Amino acid sequence: MAILDVRNLSVDYLAGECALHAVEGVSFRLEQGRSLGLVGESGCGKTTVMMALLRLLPQEGRIVDGQVVFDGRDLLQMTEAEMRRVRWCEMSMVFQGAMNALNPVRTVESQIVEVLLLHDAVDRPRAARRRAGELLEMVGIPAQRGRQYPHQYSGGMRQRAVIAMALACNPRVLIADEPTTALDVMIQAQILELLERLQAELNLSLIVVTHDLGMVAELCDDVLVMYGGMIAEYASGDELFNMPQHPYTRRLLEAFPDVEAPGSTLASIPGNPPRLDALPPGCRFEPRCDFEGRTAACGQEAPLPVEVSPGHLVACHWARRNL
Amino acid sequence: MEALKKYLRKPMGVVGAVMLFLIVFVAVFAPWLAPYDPNVRVEVEPDDILAPPDAEYLLGRDDAGKDVLSQLIYGARVSLIVGFTASFMSMFIGTTVGLVAGYFGGRIGTLLMRVVDFLMVIPDLPLMLVIIAVMGRGLWNIILVIGLLGWTYTARLVRSQVLSIKERQFVLRARSLGASSARIILRHVFPQVMPLVIAQAVLDISVAILAESSLAFLGLGDPTLISWGMMLNFAFERALSRQAWWFLLPPGFAIVWVSLALVLIGNTLDEIVNPRLRTHHLFDPRRMVALVAGAPRVETPAEE
Amino acid sequence: METQPILEVSDLHKHFPLARGVWGTLTRMPCRTVRAVDGVSFCVEQREILALVGESGSGKTTVGMNVLGLQQPTQGHVCFDGVDVAEWVHGRGVSVESNAQLSGVSRRRRVMILRERAQMIFQDPYESLNPRQKIFDIVAEPLEIHRLTASREEKAERVRLALETCGLAPADHFWSRFPAELSGGQRQRVAIAGALVLEPRLLVADEPVSMLDVSIRAEILNLLHTLRRERGITILYTTHDLATAGFFTDRMAVMYLGRIVELGPTAAVLSEPRHPYTRALISVIPAPNPRRRRKRQILQGEIPNAIDIPPGCRFHPRCPMAVEACRVSDPPLREVAPGHRVACHLA
Repeated sequence: MAILDVRNLSVDYLAGECALHAVEGVSFRLEQGRSLGLVGESGCGKTTVMMALLRLLPQEGRIVDGQVVFDGRDLLQMTEAEMRRVRWCEMSMVFQGAMNALNPVRTVESQIVEVLLLHDAVDRPRAARRRAGELLEMVGIPAQRGRQYPHQYSGGMRQRAVIAMALACNPRVLIADEPTTALDVMIQAQILELLERLQAELNLSLIVVTHDLGMVAELCDDVLVMYGGMIAEYASGDELFNMPQHPYTRRLLEAFPDVEAPGSTLASIPGNPPRLDALPPGCRFEPRCDFEGRTAACGQEAPLPVEVSPGHLVACHWARRNL
Repeated sequence: MEALKKYLRKPMGVVGAVMLFLIVFVAVFAPWLAPYDPNVRVEVEPDDILAPPDAEYLLGRDDAGKDVLSQLIYGARVSLIVGFTASFMSMFIGTTVGLVAGYFGGRIGTLLMRVVDFLMVIPDLPLMLVIIAVMGRGLWNIILVIGLLGWTYTARLVRSQVLSIKERQFVLRARSLGASSARIILRHVFPQVMPLVIAQAVLDISVAILAESSLAFLGLGDPTLISWGMMLNFAFERALSRQAWWFLLPPGFAIVWVSLALVLIGNTLDEIVNPRLRTHHLFDPRRMVALVAGAPRVETPAEE
Repeated sequence: METQPILEVSDLHKHFPLARGVWGTLTRMPCRTVRAVDGVSFCVEQREILALVGESGSGKTTVGMNVLGLQQPTQGHVCFDGVDVAEWVHGRGVSVESNAQLSGVSRRRRVMILRERAQMIFQDPYESLNPRQKIFDIVAEPLEIHRLTASREEKAERVRLALETCGLAPADHFWSRFPAELSGGQRQRVAIAGALVLEPRLLVADEPVSMLDVSIRAEILNLLHTLRRERGITILYTTHDLATAGFFTDRMAVMYLGRIVELGPTAAVLSEPRHPYTRALISVIPAPNPRRRRKRQILQGEIPNAIDIPPGCRFHPRCPMAVEACRVSDPPLREVAPGHRVACHLA
């Protein structure tokens, strides 16, 4: 059974009189111990989906439809008190930029200890400190450096510390939002390796939210490509990278630089992602799509995801016709 | 436009603006609104001295038999002129000093900030008293003294902002385009600090009005003009013993009214333009983390 | 015919002294310095795109600032168009006085000529554009500073041309907006247009795509590539990402802790890296396909700070292949193949 089963999730943002559809009909499943990559450009709704999972949407955000079944329970039906026990203890998140949000005037250890005590993961401060040391060692920081302050850490170490904090209460699902953005390549690789190791050691289910296809190719079993708040393509990593069906996925892959096959120019995707207040009536990607198989239907009706092969969903009229 | 809309959504700000508008209106149209001209000497009967309010003299009369309401109306002029002029002056000096000290730094910056420190540690009111006593009690002397002593906070505020703005990339970009220091300061740095300066200047107006009232109350106001502070001074000296509350309360109330209006406006502007007070919880990861951690309270870090 | 390189950097050093603090001053502690750039030499030919690759802390941005004369070298020279940039910006010097265009003009005018010829594009398009200026004013500002246009119409025409060259067409659709109304990629285009209106000969692009989504990076890189092809602009491209550098640069210099450790034609460096650091950098580039997952050769730790630089080869504490010689002597940059130079004892 899947640990996390998201069905038809839709989120609106209220802006004055009107509701903006930030996310529409997103579904995915995550098995225990597997990893999912959520890929898309900025503003495609990927962070909104994660915030909705944890029920942490800003005031203007409303979950208008769907279910989030975590371990057999629908998170959207829970009371706020129950939800608080799920967050961090069962499903935890490393926020984008959280590494720059550590409290500058307290030691890293004491910040981890606070999390442990708040969530009753341990009952005595001494045990909490021991556990904090273990957590730091686990992410590759010597335990005695826990007594240092965040500014004495490098960027990579702060990111490790934030991951340690997210793992404090042994969650089963870890969501990492752009965990390597703004880090150097070598540090990115270190964090990638760390996530890989932690996932194997702790049998974690991992969701990586990123715009970097390379990271997803390295780390994830399944990939969900989002565009304009909707699913574009959802498949196993192997299928998605070798048999992409959606024109958007293809363009994304072509735009990705590959050192092993350097050419003189890179393909790019002309135009911009749609704005939430001016979504196209049909397929969200239609205005930027230059695929030869497109038809008039693309501009009128949003395609629903269809299964082109087992476990491979594509939301494209062309793929539907070629079933 | 965006800022105006934001402003209108804050009830406190709107109340302040209405209150200030009323006072400005009264000050501008004083000759038409005031039932009597307080500068005209009147023949008085013994009964008229400190006569209580009646239908003809709504706020009663003072110890010279003049109408208190008319004095109050004319007094608004003095208060507002002093407030606006002095605060404009301190805004100008403070912004210039802050921009120069922040942008150029180095020895000039250190020197300017030492001057600021020096002025800041001297208690304002006694210093003003001494200067006015020496220079004389003219309206312009009062404005000058208040303006020249009130710019220090603005200078500090501007300097601290400039220090961070000048490290931003668009300033470096302007430099790499070959822009002169003057151009960078006027085109790139000043527009970023201007909203803060204006918010601060509005708050300064109320400080200046209070300072003028204090001076006048202590007997160092311009003797040729009626101001609220001066009225308080007279009332305190001559009317209090005879329980003529109608002479004492109105100027005090007017001062509170105007200061309150300006503080409401100033704080609202500050709320809109001050980057430290403007966050959204989605964009403030620190609060976000605290939220998820289930922390009962959100800590404000000590640096802020 | 051998042409003179447009940019020649020789033995460039840039050190920043650290403040000593009260205690340090009292005890007369020696003043410590950050050696951000510590002996860098390279040259860039006309119309060439050179990538300066390195992690943060390697000194690549400092090199860019020195090239543009925005900082003064502690030691060494930067020659642009045959003139020493430090002399160009500051006092007089032999190279300035012997130059027909520069001798006898005021200092301010000289700096203007330099700024006109060499421009910079910054890393963060959210930061490098003044949020209170409209797009038109941002792009027109260089023209105003340099008093290059006579009439409003001419100015508008040049701004339009620059914006449309950078793919923001039609220009009047964009120029009355503020930067906040544009996407990251569009803002970076505006920044490039702002540099282009002056028609510079050298463009220093400081990580121009690292803040952008991967899908938008290609557009910006292609734009830079087109500018070189159509206008013959020389580009110094600094980045920490070997993958994007591999796509459109001619040569590549890999920097580590203030030094160049490998320099050569891009294809040669990527296919036959000689320095262990370069090899490690290449091995961690993610392949866009799970079937091609490689053995990553991850260097532990991070770039040390540039205050306490290790003796011997500065890479040896993290080098997987270090031998005794590396701990003792500092390897010079030597040629291992035509145009391919490496600073490693083992190469």
